[in-house]
Amino acid sequence: MTDREIIDLIDRSIAGEFEIDPEKMTPEKTLFQDLELDSLDIVDLVIVLEKAFRFKIREEEAIRNIRTLGDIHSFVVRKKNELEKPA
Amino acid sequence: MSLRRVVITGMGALSPFGRGVDTLMEGLLQGRSGVRNIPELANIQGMRTRVGALVPEFDPAEIPRKFRRSMSRMSVFATLAAKDAASQGGIEGEHFRSGRLGVSIGSTVGSPRTIQEFFDDFHADHSVERMKSTLFFHIMNHSCAANVGHAFGITGRIVSPSAACSTGCLAVGYAAEMISMGKQDFMLCGGADEFHPLTAGTFDIMNAASVRHNDSPGSTPRPFDAGRDGVVCAEGSGVLLLESLDSALGRGAGILAEIIGFASTSDPESIANPNADAIARCMREALRDAGLGPGEIDYVNAHATGTALGDIAECEAIHAVFGDRVPASSLKGNIGHAMAASGALEISASVEMLRRETLLPTHNLEDIDPSCGSIRHVREVTSRPIRTLMKNNFALGGVNSSIILRRFHR
Repeated sequence: MTDREIIDLIDRSIAGEFEIDPEKMTPEKTLFQDLELDSLDIVDLVIVLEKAFRFKIREEEAIRNIRTLGDIHSFVVRKKNELEKPA
Repeated sequence: MSLRRVVITGMGALSPFGRGVDTLMEGLLQGRSGVRNIPELANIQGMRTRVGALVPEFDPAEIPRKFRRSMSRMSVFATLAAKDAASQGGIEGEHFRSGRLGVSIGSTVGSPRTIQEFFDDFHADHSVERMKSTLFFHIMNHSCAANVGHAFGITGRIVSPSAACSTGCLAVGYAAEMISMGKQDFMLCGGADEFHPLTAGTFDIMNAASVRHNDSPGSTPRPFDAGRDGVVCAEGSGVLLLESLDSALGRGAGILAEIIGFASTSDPESIANPNADAIARCMREALRDAGLGPGEIDYVNAHATGTALGDIAECEAIHAVFGDRVPASSLKGNIGHAMAASGALEISASVEMLRRETLLPTHNLEDIDPSCGSIRHVREVTSRPIRTLMKNNFALGGVNSSIILRRFHR
């Protein structure tokens, strides 16, 4: 997957799950204030990403620092690249 | 219930005919059937019944996602029915937040659809890693009541009576008692259930589900009819807004009917089979609660689901209490048996019968079973000035319930 494809899949998955207008899915948007998610949604957000990208991230320290949609883009792109790196 | 008078000031329904009590009444008055063939049932091994009465497709998006995410199908039904009941009653935010408005809405079980979805996934690898944060709120026993409470910002009591087919009637009766005792001024009350093969299968394996009319679904169930062969499972929700008479008069609310008596009794003889003496005892207790004699009841809305044993037992009980004088009918011939919702849906229709001075007949009753012949059946839509009626519901588990409604007069 290209980085663009990864970002598109993230935005599509999150917008679909949380019924967010796709127009609002821009990287600077904060999850709590701008996209109006809450703590229950964040639990489900992890599950949505794990399902979309077939990885497990719940125990990753880095996800605790995520504040914006752009943070998710960066985190997932980095994670996917790590996993796809030839051994 | 002699402390405070309790009246009904709003009603909401999701039934196999669609949304609204008027829609329900239209279908009943036109003698339509909400029963359909359910093709998916044919794929279930051992399932002989292929019919059900489902709520038609609708868009639940009017409930904001923040509230809807914790709702199963049945909680969505209950929320929309509660919304319509509150709207008809003219109830607004200040009432919801007053602490004087409570909720009494039950279901037979938590959402079986959600439970199935969870275990389908769980059994793949015994993992909870894909479990959504809101799953529990779909399956907890007080899911419908709690979700209604949250959706409207209600700060009063939340109770969730559960007794299978008696649930709706119990929820309304207990709500009326809370208002009568002065614990609450308003109650949103009733029941909800969603169709699932678990329910249809439960009746099927007990030889109590309709299996001979799969190709002509509109002709089943057949309460009191010689050709009846069992229950047709349905889904939906009925919710009523109850209110103390003083409150309703004080704010000029439209009063639809008054609740004047209620009883619930246990029948420990059998956990599955209905008993005429026990049913009669419940009906007499309701009369005693209302301070009425049997001669003062103008109509009985029967539980009658179309099973061999249940219909006979209820007929014997009605005859024992009222003789053959009082007209009686069951609405399940039209809308099937919506389990926890059935009581509240049938109370709503009964209120409309009082208001419209019109009795609804038992749909599909063509050839009265001689064993059900001792009472006076309503065979067609009948104009009749009725003042007071009794509504029965009886449940697996031996939980019986009867409630008495009266046209409102100061």
